[in-house]
Amino acid sequence: MNMSDNHFASPDDTGTLSRLRDKLGLAAEAEGLLDIAYTTIDSPVGPLLLAATPRGLLRVAYDVEDHDRVLDTLSNRISPRVLRAPRRLDAAARELGEYFGGRRRVFDLPLDLSMSAGFRQLVQRHLPEIGYGQTRTYGQVAALVGNPRAVRAVGTACATNPLPVVVPCHRVLPASGAVGGYVGGSDVKQALLRLEAAA
Amino acid sequence: MKQPFEKLVEQNGGVVLRVCRVILGPHDAEDAWSETFLSALRAYPDLPDDANAEAWLVRIAQRKAIDVLRARRRQPVPVAEIPDAPGIPSSLGLPGTEDGDLWQAVAALPAKQRQAVAYHYVAGLAYAEIANILGGTSDAARRAAADGVKNLRKNYPGAGTEGAPS
Repeated sequence: MNMSDNHFASPDDTGTLSRLRDKLGLAAEAEGLLDIAYTTIDSPVGPLLLAATPRGLLRVAYDVEDHDRVLDTLSNRISPRVLRAPRRLDAAARELGEYFGGRRRVFDLPLDLSMSAGFRQLVQRHLPEIGYGQTRTYGQVAALVGNPRAVRAVGTACATNPLPVVVPCHRVLPASGAVGGYVGGSDVKQALLRLEAAA
Repeated sequence: MKQPFEKLVEQNGGVVLRVCRVILGPHDAEDAWSETFLSALRAYPDLPDDANAEAWLVRIAQRKAIDVLRARRRQPVPVAEIPDAPGIPSSLGLPGTEDGDLWQAVAALPAKQRQAVAYHYVAGLAYAEIANILGGTSDAARRAAADGVKNLRKNYPGAGTEGAPS
């Protein structure tokens, strides 16, 4: 189309740009402009997107959720000032690594629950009360949050949990004894339950 | 519906770097790039959703680059005596890296031609927009870009083999 793309680009632009982007993330953080920092990490259940505001961890997303779509949603609902900037996610990445390695049973991370509201958020706040390696039924969780008839609503709250793994919706099962649905897929839910049963 | 700022960096980081580099040379170009995106990040929530993000970023890059040029104005524009050795950054911030011959040819252009070439061929701006930045008329901007390319063809034959955007 024009001569620019071929002739004004240097072979090392990729490296230069990646360095400049790292620097931008740090400068944005220093200037208080980094509303949402994110990174992706590898895990035994596939790549995970981690996103955080200055208040805390905002989102954990599985590959099947489509990380680009998740970021679009964060951009629209929270702030478009979104940058890939791994540093803010260092603690979350480390704790998740320990969890998947069977060396961590409780997450100790500040959470930003802005991505959920009302009854769903209430349920999500209570889910960490289900201890590592334990499970509850949707009905039991409904009772736990003081609304024993809201079984379906508890199911919805689990299905829309913006912080899977860290907020352990995988420990909530149907009364039938089946594994039930999961935001990352039933296989992943099973894998997490196996991991916790083995450790 | 506003896309995450990271997408803008991903899609336009390269063109902004090239614009800054042609105007300023490699070292100052990187500083101008950083200032461009930081300032864009600050203003991004207020950018209308239907705005052309690339044009917006290139305009910010131009302002940042012009700030640097103004600060440098005391220094003479290079017209001759270009050092032979690529890879040695000169005090004028000439690009001297990989494609050394092209950079030397670009750096050797008079300032107005160099900017017109950068804005038109690298950033893809229309001559009317370039005239707004450089001052003068659209025709003058067109002539500056054409003269710049003519000079480049003379000094760097590889640059003229492809079509230019109209």
